[in-house]
Amino acid sequence: MTANGLVQITLYFVALLLLAKPLGIYMAAVYENRPVFLKRIVAPLEAGFYRLSGVKPEQEMRWTEYAAALLWFNLFGGLAVFALQMLQAYLPLNPQQLGNVAVDSAFNTAVSFATNTNWQGYGGETTMSYLTQMLGLSVQNFVSAATGMAVLVAMIRGFQRTHAEGIGNFWADLTRGILYILLPLSFVLALALVGQGVVQTFKPYQTIQSRAGNAVLPAIDELSVDGHEKHVPTQTLALGPAASQIAIKQLGTNGGGFFNANSAHPFENPTPLSNFLEMLAILLIPAALCHTFGTMVGDPRQGWAILAAMMLVFASLLFVTVGLEQGGNPLLTALGVEQSVGADQSGGNMEGKETRFGIVNSALWATATTAASNGSVNSMHDSYTPLGGLIPMWLIQLGEVIFGGVGSGLYGMLVFALIAVFVAGLMIGRTPEYLGKKIEAFEIKMAAVVILIPAFFILGGTALAVMVEAGKTAVANPGAHGFSEILYAFSSAAGNNGSAFAGLSANSPFYNIALAVTMLVGRYGIMIPVLAIAGSLAAKKTVPTTVGTLPTHTPLFVMLLIATVILVGALTFVPALALGPVAEHLIMGASATQ
Amino acid sequence: MIKHIKPASLMLLFFTVLTGIAYPLAVTFSAQLLFPSQANGSLLGSNEQPLGSELIGQAFSRPEYFWGRPSATSPVPYNGGASGGSNHGPTNPVLIDAVQSRIKALRDADPSHSEAIPVDMVTASASGLDPHISPAAAAYQISRVARARHLSPDSVRELVERYTEPRQWGVLGEHRVNVLKLNLALDQRYE
Repeated sequence: MTANGLVQITLYFVALLLLAKPLGIYMAAVYENRPVFLKRIVAPLEAGFYRLSGVKPEQEMRWTEYAAALLWFNLFGGLAVFALQMLQAYLPLNPQQLGNVAVDSAFNTAVSFATNTNWQGYGGETTMSYLTQMLGLSVQNFVSAATGMAVLVAMIRGFQRTHAEGIGNFWADLTRGILYILLPLSFVLALALVGQGVVQTFKPYQTIQSRAGNAVLPAIDELSVDGHEKHVPTQTLALGPAASQIAIKQLGTNGGGFFNANSAHPFENPTPLSNFLEMLAILLIPAALCHTFGTMVGDPRQGWAILAAMMLVFASLLFVTVGLEQGGNPLLTALGVEQSVGADQSGGNMEGKETRFGIVNSALWATATTAASNGSVNSMHDSYTPLGGLIPMWLIQLGEVIFGGVGSGLYGMLVFALIAVFVAGLMIGRTPEYLGKKIEAFEIKMAAVVILIPAFFILGGTALAVMVEAGKTAVANPGAHGFSEILYAFSSAAGNNGSAFAGLSANSPFYNIALAVTMLVGRYGIMIPVLAIAGSLAAKKTVPTTVGTLPTHTPLFVMLLIATVILVGALTFVPALALGPVAEHLIMGASATQ
Repeated sequence: MIKHIKPASLMLLFFTVLTGIAYPLAVTFSAQLLFPSQANGSLLGSNEQPLGSELIGQAFSRPEYFWGRPSATSPVPYNGGASGGSNHGPTNPVLIDAVQSRIKALRDADPSHSEAIPVDMVTASASGLDPHISPAAAAYQISRVARARHLSPDSVRELVERYTEPRQWGVLGEHRVNVLKLNLALDQRYE
């Protein structure tokens, strides 16, 4: 680790912690419908939304009602994205005259964006019209994020309330999340990004005329690897209303790029400052929600404890990734390639990374985007060193609870907290309690479902894919790395992350359908049990704290929580990881010393 | 259950109008007002006949120009209409072969040069459009460019240094050289 690398990472952590607290407290006020400064501007719009759709925001919903409203809303959202893709050739705002999307790909993408996964089997600039990007994908970026936050807030109400039937109103939580939180933040971030060079225009793609022979612009040509000279008369620059979508894709842990190269594309992420802001946006709301939780349960220390657990896991894995990528690829060293880290080059494993970001900012992004279920990338994870690529994959497999998706990360982590107090309760022989609620058989059964479902679909899906021809032919890299590509794809889908070992040609009927099913189960198979827990907790009485109560804001509990997350993640996935990244690492070491 | 259909469809409609139409339009309007050049792709040269974007690299392969990073875009390198990386894994033989042939191309273009080659010159960028190379990669190419243009290496080095961008605010990112801007400056000054 270089001194500058350390400074950049420290700066990132400091900025994140400084911004998270005020935002978290603000969000608590929004969801509890207390006065906030935006109220004067937004409240009339909010009231109009409720009136026109016939919603009474103060009307409490039982958990089943809350879930039903959520599912209908997400279903319609998915259908809208599907329809836009199937009809985009006939619709306006399609200056490149892109055709309709294939049906299996359209299904996959509709599920992907409705579930806040934003897995992309397609290339943005060659597939989606401006209209589809705006009315379909951008809208889902907002509403799927607000859906996750709503479920979290409903769960927190389960801890807050005593002998209550309802856990809040889905329509009110959804609307407030968008109007007071996501939309204002996105607007500010989008403009800041345009200032750095992110494009925001409705003009068609820009063509640069080559003027071969003219001294000013050299002929755009290139000796390709196989020795044939390729002459390219023009360079086409894909443009579009990108900044508005990129802002929400980072803030809402969505991650679906406007362009194929995602946040590595210079028009999505042109400068180190734009990179810093986008990385900050990735973890901002997930970190801030810990404070929202602490504020709403009336004990900020509870929020700090959860945030500390997330930070500790994140920071330790981050330093491992940076170190592994700075170490470079030993197979290239053998060819006489200079990979050492210095002032005049970032060195390290630069395949699939951008010069302006170098190793530190690529590894930091890769760790943040997989800790959160964001999934945008500023470097290609497929080209990471075997163990450098293992870390992002494992962060997803931990259940997307180290920050995780907006809302979904924290409700997942709270489920792990229930497991942690349950384990502690078993050890000392007491009924486990968390935040004054007795944790009983029903909650633990639901928590077990939450933990088992993604594991089952990740390992089962990978096993299925390596057994069928359609699964194996999609692999781009031979050997153990090919297995890693498949394992990563199913992990990403189940964790609703959306990043990829992108060499896998996943735009085939097999993967489009298998991954869409995995995304659906990974989203709603967790949300519904979480809402059931919320409903069950809200109905319980609050038990007083006694000397026998395990305090859940102490370093001891933070360690217990981390141990629970790591143990479950390690026991479940180490065998599969041994067949992929670990095997490749050993092979790489062996062939480098030959 | 059925009672949720009406609010679900209406809410989706309102949020589509708000976040899918009003929001991108408001951002576009403000962006075109505040940052017109950046919002339209940071083009270099005149608007009618731009020379390129300062953010998007171009494929240079003649010896008198500095070369950028290898690009994995298809069907041609630096295809600004279809970005992407190679996605080759670290042990993929295709990657090793590609690096070997890139090393050979660099060595053939400048046989006198025997130092180790900076890694960014032989590895494909993530976007395939990386506009930058590291200062080490620029330094490596000075002798070739100087010879092809019949210039002294020192005068080329001086230009490279002028076009070396520091870390943003002295802290963020990496030191880097914008290849297109450097090549345009070379042409402007010496031809």
